[in-house]
Amino acid sequence: MTVEAFPSIEEETGGFLHSHSLVALRAILHREALRFIGQRGRLVAALVRPLVWLFVFAAGFRAALGLAITPPYQTYITYEIYIVPGLVGMILLFNGMQSSLSLVYDREMGSMRLLLTAPLPRWWLLFCRLLAGSLMAVVQAYAFLAIAALYGIRFPWFGYLAAAPAILTAAMMLGALGLLLSSFIRRLENFAGVMNFVIFPMFFLSSALYPLWKMAEASPHLRDLCALNPFTHAVELIRFALYAKGNLTALAVTLAAFVIFGLVAIWGYDPARGLTARKA
Amino acid sequence: MSFPLLLLAPLLAATASDPSGEIWVTNEKDDTISVIDTAKLEVVRTIKTGERPRGITFNSDHSRVYICASDSDTVQVMDPATGEILHDLPSGEDPEQFILAPDDKHLWIANEDDAVTTVVDVDTRQVVGQINVGIEPEGMAISPDGKIVITTSETTNMAHWIDTEKKTIFANTLVDSRPRHAEFAKGGTELWVSSEIGGTITIFDVATQTEKVKIRFEIAGVNADLIQPVGFEFTADGKTAFVALGPANHVAVINGETFAVEKYVLVGRRVWHLAFSPDHTQLFTTNGVSGDVTVIDVATLEPLKSIRVGRFPWGAATRP
Repeated sequence: MTVEAFPSIEEETGGFLHSHSLVALRAILHREALRFIGQRGRLVAALVRPLVWLFVFAAGFRAALGLAITPPYQTYITYEIYIVPGLVGMILLFNGMQSSLSLVYDREMGSMRLLLTAPLPRWWLLFCRLLAGSLMAVVQAYAFLAIAALYGIRFPWFGYLAAAPAILTAAMMLGALGLLLSSFIRRLENFAGVMNFVIFPMFFLSSALYPLWKMAEASPHLRDLCALNPFTHAVELIRFALYAKGNLTALAVTLAAFVIFGLVAIWGYDPARGLTARKA
Repeated sequence: MSFPLLLLAPLLAATASDPSGEIWVTNEKDDTISVIDTAKLEVVRTIKTGERPRGITFNSDHSRVYICASDSDTVQVMDPATGEILHDLPSGEDPEQFILAPDDKHLWIANEDDAVTTVVDVDTRQVVGQINVGIEPEGMAISPDGKIVITTSETTNMAHWIDTEKKTIFANTLVDSRPRHAEFAKGGTELWVSSEIGGTITIFDVATQTEKVKIRFEIAGVNADLIQPVGFEFTADGKTAFVALGPANHVAVINGETFAVEKYVLVGRRVWHLAFSPDHTQLFTTNGVSGDVTVIDVATLEPLKSIRVGRFPWGAATRP
């Protein structure tokens, strides 16, 4: 489904929405939602990946942690509890990359050109696209948390509420990274490199699987590398939020990374200055 | 920074119950007692004791606290209000655990190195009896009517049944290897004995001194050798027992009616003994190796918090 398939603005809003910007936001959200619903396999794939980690990988490490208590935890926890925020981060990371993949696809198919030629600021169109993709990621994250709860891994009820803005912020940051990457990647075939050079290093060099103190035991440099990774901060933001606690450092780093990735992506998509101009 | 919803949590907790009181924890490596405020869930006082404090108990009105200072070879009597040691009691060598009779008059002490149980009159401060028991006596229990005292001996693997009137053993029952703790249950009709190396709890019928049930433990992902039951406590209604499983780092929750293990709660490393908050809504576990005390919510059976105390916390007692 493409943007030109939508009815006219007047028909679509029935006079309810007057701003063209909001119409664009709604249209892009609608398109992403339809794409999400239409691709059931994508939701299943998005959930199977973290669930395999939770049920198989984490089960073997049940007693591996529990030797030191680090915030936000107040007592000893099983590895399965520790890994859940990291797996939520994994969902957001893959979703961010997947939406960048679909942006490359859109560009190859020509629908991206149509979207970007709309008489609206480019940054706004890209932001709408980013927000739409991130909201879909939040839905996937909560579906995963619900399955984890059924499995017996539960958080305080207020943590589930407090986590929503944290998950959305993290999803936006990782989506912005995807947007940035999509402005660099010309062909779908080049996307495999993203898997090797972005997803894997980001996920493994983070606090998703092991706390930083555990990394420090192996090597202080490894710990420092993990501490520099914005994905670590996104995961910690979610981890703290699931206990209705804030982590200012994690929030600041995640927001800063979002702004930087976003600005570079907007620059990358600018036909006059960006990478698209040079490659055209 | 915290989310506004976080503000609701203490309000909800405050309306649920009033767990005010104290848990006194002996730290055997630090020669101190850590006093935990059960409402604040933090250490509010640290009190110096004799060497290697282990067993600890209060008298009925909580005006006195008795502490086994094992390496000082004495039982210390402390004023809990001031933390001042009032005097020592003659305990025999290496006192590890003891039990105070319901009338607050006699303290029954297990002397690990001497293979005797010593009876001390706490008013006259005199030894009024010594009973030869098995090798390395440790666990001590007294029936609610004060007529039977149990001493368990770690190496002989026996529970010795002592007539408190005659101060003589009237029965010996074999239990599994290394019995460490004993408690009477159900109004004194059952005796529970934990065996550390055997990994079991043996339940006896008190009237006949015969074995009634044996409880075994199994935790997924934990080696069976590490499951070493030590201290245990019953809820006020006697329907649930909590058993500390030593280096398995878990506390088992046992249904007192069916004797089935219903849950294992993750706590700190090498959990020794347990004590309830005065209102029985929280359970405190002493985690020897990790040097902390884990607080378990009795209603939800979820661990709430682990509180850092001194080195090698061992015994625990409740003060309202």
